[in-house]
Amino acid sequence: MIDLEFLINTLSLGSLYALLALGLVLVYGILKLVNFAYGEYIMIGGYGLYFSATVLHLPWWATMLFAVLAAVVTSYLTELAAFRPVRNKSANALIVTSFAVSIFLQNAVLILVSPRARAVQLPAVFSRTVSIAGATTPVRNLIIIGTTVVVLVALSVLMKRTVLGMAMRAAAEKFTTTRLMGVPANLVISAAFIISGLLAGIASIFWIGRSASVDPVTGSAPLLIAFIATVMGGMHSPTGAVVGGFVYGLLFNILSITLPAGMISYRDAFMFVIVVLFLLFRPEGIIKGGYTEERVG
Amino acid sequence: MPMLTVENLMASYGVVRALHGISLEVNEGELVALLGVNGAGKSTTLKSITGVLRPVKGTITFLGKEITNRTPEFIVKQGISLVPEGRDIFGQLTVEENLRLGAFVSYERDRYKADLKEIFELFPILEERFTQAGGLLSGGEQQMLAIARAMMAHPKLLMLDEPSLGLSPTMTDQIFVLIKRLREMGSTILLVEQNAERALEIVERAYLLGNGEVEFAGTAEDLKHKVDIASVYFGGDDAQKAGVTL
Repeated sequence: MIDLEFLINTLSLGSLYALLALGLVLVYGILKLVNFAYGEYIMIGGYGLYFSATVLHLPWWATMLFAVLAAVVTSYLTELAAFRPVRNKSANALIVTSFAVSIFLQNAVLILVSPRARAVQLPAVFSRTVSIAGATTPVRNLIIIGTTVVVLVALSVLMKRTVLGMAMRAAAEKFTTTRLMGVPANLVISAAFIISGLLAGIASIFWIGRSASVDPVTGSAPLLIAFIATVMGGMHSPTGAVVGGFVYGLLFNILSITLPAGMISYRDAFMFVIVVLFLLFRPEGIIKGGYTEERVG
Repeated sequence: MPMLTVENLMASYGVVRALHGISLEVNEGELVALLGVNGAGKSTTLKSITGVLRPVKGTITFLGKEITNRTPEFIVKQGISLVPEGRDIFGQLTVEENLRLGAFVSYERDRYKADLKEIFELFPILEERFTQAGGLLSGGEQQMLAIARAMMAHPKLLMLDEPSLGLSPTMTDQIFVLIKRLREMGSTILLVEQNAERALEIVERAYLLGNGEVEFAGTAEDLKHKVDIASVYFGGDDAQKAGVTL
């Protein structure tokens, strides 16, 4: 059962989940905020795809750029308008704000577009299948894996080799001390939201691509996955998020092939049981350490 | 005109008033100490100057410019660098990255390289540990890194918060020798210390804080003669004056 097809499936699912989890953890690292509006950046990305294709009639590659840009801009604007004013308040204020942003964006789309789902068509190449060494897989899966590799390499270069990346890692560890180096607080926090939005935007292309439709509550499922993946992998480092994403993908695929046909629809319930076990026996996640708990303020 | 002027500074943590109107001055080229027991308000004063804590009242002027209520990043840019209490280096970052962030406000490629060379002469151990994570350094090495990191910004005023805290006696000696040397190299330094006897050996002037107020201000000589330092810390007559009760 563990064959090449399973491997490709797991890597592609894990890649997508790793991107989702990474976007959530980058903001958590610096603001110590689990941003519950994160799913909405993915939703907005999906509407970006829809809008640029059906209204603007852009070519497929441009719709993807448009979707990513929409998610980035949304993420940045929510930081400016909603999170910045309450940044120095309590952690609870930040969390409640993130719920408010989430509800606001969902309802904005509901009123401005429609409560009903909109069809989103990705180019045919995404759903075409190819055979590699006897394994048949949609091209989409290979694109996800390739994209994730590029994103992870680029992100690690940014974090390790640039001064901005150093400042972001420093801020995740000791926020006030980082400001005492002269690093503007707004710079690192905005950068975290922009990169988080970028990851949400890229993930949205693949997420929406699978269901070929987008609706106002599209964001809740990827948010939940990102959250669970970070709980399993560890909230305290980008590495933890990536590991958590791949572990989630692996467990999910193992459940898919081992559960009897009648129980497949309870896959999510089994995933939640695993999460509960993690919270009970390894609450810090697979990857320990990394960011400290010092809050901005 | 003094380089740094603090006037009638009041600061609180929530409802607890930590500073009841502190005034002090640091002139260019001076080495000044801020002494006092735990809770006297030394660190709070530094936190207010660096903008980490917003004072309730009072003004802080640096080089003729008021910096009260400005952000820490703005104040660093004006030329005040702090070596924080407990060193506070970035443990996850390498020694190199710590130093690079120290130079954040004033980075110029050539100068940065020259600065590194100078730092390695002062602290050879940092060159040895250049690529290691800061968290792997010993306490004394971390203190050197913290001082080096602050110096990378070319501060006009260097503030050190309890640099000898938690260090071995040998290491403490080294740190005090270093502070003296920095002073001779022309740095202006505001030194916060619990170790008053040691501090008074190297500073020109000192302020003795007690209960959030300046109890005594004067030259190091004055302080040595007029105030029984030991009693301040151990509860003699002058201790009561400095607000210490045992």
